[in-house]
Amino acid sequence: MRSLATVLFLGGLVFLLAVLTETLSFGNPPMLVGDAIQRTAVNDVGAANLVTAVVLGYRGLDTLGELSILFAAATAGGLVLGAARAGSRQRPGGFILCAGADLLFPLLLVVGLYIVMHGHLTPGGGFQGGVVLAAAFFLPLLARPTETLSHTWLSVVEGMAGTAFIAIGMLALFRGEAFLAPLFDKGVFGELVSSGSLPLLYLAVGLKVGSELASLLSRLASDDEMTS
Amino acid sequence: MNTSIGLVFFVGAIGLTAIGIAGMVLSNHLFRMVLALAIAEAGANLLLILAGFRWDAVAPILSNSEVAQSMVDPVPQAMVLTAIVIGVGVQALALSLVIRVRQRYGTLDMQEARQRMQDDLDAAAGVTPSRSRQQPAGERLLPVPDATVETGGRHD
Repeated sequence: MRSLATVLFLGGLVFLLAVLTETLSFGNPPMLVGDAIQRTAVNDVGAANLVTAVVLGYRGLDTLGELSILFAAATAGGLVLGAARAGSRQRPGGFILCAGADLLFPLLLVVGLYIVMHGHLTPGGGFQGGVVLAAAFFLPLLARPTETLSHTWLSVVEGMAGTAFIAIGMLALFRGEAFLAPLFDKGVFGELVSSGSLPLLYLAVGLKVGSELASLLSRLASDDEMTS
Repeated sequence: MNTSIGLVFFVGAIGLTAIGIAGMVLSNHLFRMVLALAIAEAGANLLLILAGFRWDAVAPILSNSEVAQSMVDPVPQAMVLTAIVIGVGVQALALSLVIRVRQRYGTLDMQEARQRMQDDLDAAAGVTPSRSRQQPAGERLLPVPDATVETGGRHD
């Protein structure tokens, strides 16, 4: 009975999506917003990466909502799994795993911060770089399961980053502009320090995403090993 | 040629979504349901990205060159960036719930976990399990009437 209902639902869904995509002409997007953003983004926001201009400049409130969803997911995950327990029963990894983790840690840190800081110029940004930062802090934990991340520091970093994001948005509000409107001088197009407050916003996003994912991953890992 | 490539892309995206939803509904294994959710999300994201595709266009990153190139639509890409991050959060939450279920009931099979959960609930509430095969629903013991209620009137 359940399979029959599933087949019927799936058939309807596929038919609906097929009809929808049939009306689209592939390769010629009908949306005019994208073209308008391509024309005006340089003067409005000043970021070379137009996706960053959309994420932080035109739809900054949306990004704040996204951050709060991620925060809620991380909080709920911590609530479900409970406090991370110290004193794992797993043995530490071998020499190669430990040395590899030590070797990769600074490289991942540099790559993550690079991706975060160049988010307004090149493909990348706070979310992608934040995930790399989380991987940098999670990798030594895989090599040495007996150690734990300091969740106090992680929550301090996460809270400060979230506060900074909202504070920059409020600053724009106090200057008579819209919430999270791009602030400061646009600078020279293509420079690292340019496009106003966007690099600061992306730095806050990167730190927040990185600390949230790192704490979530370490909780998952420390709880998973209790069952096995 | 062009339309056939578009057909392949669209069929792939819709197919991924359909496979993911079918896996979520038909599978009885909790971890496989989480994986199916990830597949369905990938299909939906691919569909969104395809909506902003443009022929002979470059990634939406401006350069200093004066030659104006056509670019793909940046708005669906920003939306998919949002969707991916939210998907990661949802999957992490689902995985933590799965871990808890495994710790509590020792199984990842949904039927079995649900049955043990129902047993736990029945035991905590102090009632006989209603779906017991030894005691079909018609022959269940009726709740014993509370004696103090009936004898309450003869106290004085």
